[in-house]
Amino acid sequence: MSGEGNGAWPLWEVFVRGRRGLAHTHAGSLHAPDAEMALRNARDLYTRRSEGVSLWVVPSASITASSPDEKDPFFEPAADKPYRHPTFYEIPEGVRHL
Amino acid sequence: MTTTAADAGAGAYEAVFDAAVAADERIEPRDWMPDDYRASLVRQIAQHAHSEIIGMQPEANWISRAPSLRRKAILMAKVQDEAGHGLYLYSAAETLGTSRDELLDKLHSGRQKYSSIFNYPTLTWADVGAIGWLVDGAAITNQVPLCRCSYGPYARAMVRICKEESFHQRQGYELLLALSRGTEAQHAMAQDAVDRWWWPSLMMFGPPDDASAHSAQSMAWKIKRHSNDELRQRFVDICVPQAESLGLTLPDPDLKWNEERGHHDFGSIDWDEFGEVLRGNGPCNAQRISQRRRAHEEGAWVREAAAAYAAKHGEARA
Repeated sequence: MSGEGNGAWPLWEVFVRGRRGLAHTHAGSLHAPDAEMALRNARDLYTRRSEGVSLWVVPSASITASSPDEKDPFFEPAADKPYRHPTFYEIPEGVRHL
Repeated sequence: MTTTAADAGAGAYEAVFDAAVAADERIEPRDWMPDDYRASLVRQIAQHAHSEIIGMQPEANWISRAPSLRRKAILMAKVQDEAGHGLYLYSAAETLGTSRDELLDKLHSGRQKYSSIFNYPTLTWADVGAIGWLVDGAAITNQVPLCRCSYGPYARAMVRICKEESFHQRQGYELLLALSRGTEAQHAMAQDAVDRWWWPSLMMFGPPDDASAHSAQSMAWKIKRHSNDELRQRFVDICVPQAESLGLTLPDPDLKWNEERGHHDFGSIDWDEFGEVLRGNGPCNAQRISQRRRAHEEGAWVREAAAAYAAKHGEARA
């Protein structure tokens, strides 16, 4: 039961926005009994030196992840499409603004 | 074409793992990894996390007696950092399939270790400085290479920790410098602290390479990047000029520059003392663990109250 220790508390993933104009990025994880405590713990754990202006906490169990074991087939559709990159195309020397 | 681990046997899993380590890629939590690699990491990360948590005690001992508000605020911030470092590391260990409760149980029952350095007492205020300069200095020397450790979550935790440790070391050095340049009694107090912490700090790098149980395999897996003796030598070379600038001496008559090697020679370490402290017979082993257990037990009502509040308000539970 959760009273036995914080290991039985759910795990939360913490995302920090470093400053305005930047996206939230994953900083780490922590245990907390509820969202509000997770936010407070995240502040104390991941922003002790003004590393953030905004925090998100998400229950780790709510995250759906692609499995690394499926890595090749899962991400394969992109692998054979180099024409999606601008460097695929040859443009004559001297052509500008392209 | 590329063979994926999913459509091949166990040997292929291992080949994918070996190739990733060889290519200096990081292993991530859901990747296949050898059981011994996982066990080795849990042992090392847990010991590291426990060291951060137990390490709060010798310094917290001086918070109420810090000589100024400035020093007190600094020391509280440092001890709070140690708690934070312990939490980063527990999280990293948990990605390997162990739980927080299991880790704490093993610390409290002595089945997992913490660094033996924290079984020495902090007798004077100068010890706070010596710990920052020497103990955190040795820790940084050990930890910087771990930022490139093959296990991703451990490496990322170490990046954060190393950034924060540098304040720890500098505040300790500054503290010792103030004492060293103070009255005769203050200078003597600083020298005494350095005399007592120097050798235990050198022991922090672990047994000599030829007697280190886990070293060779950990190096092959790139969990460790440098040998114990190599890091110890690096630390000695760094400390000698720093001690000179402090106006303090290091308690080793055999310490001298060796032109040929390009390093300092130093005296032999008392490994019997190291062994005794490791076996639980150091000055503070019993006190450190009993205080940790007591803190955990006395905090139980807080954990229970928080859990009861969360249950009542119907928060999502994992």
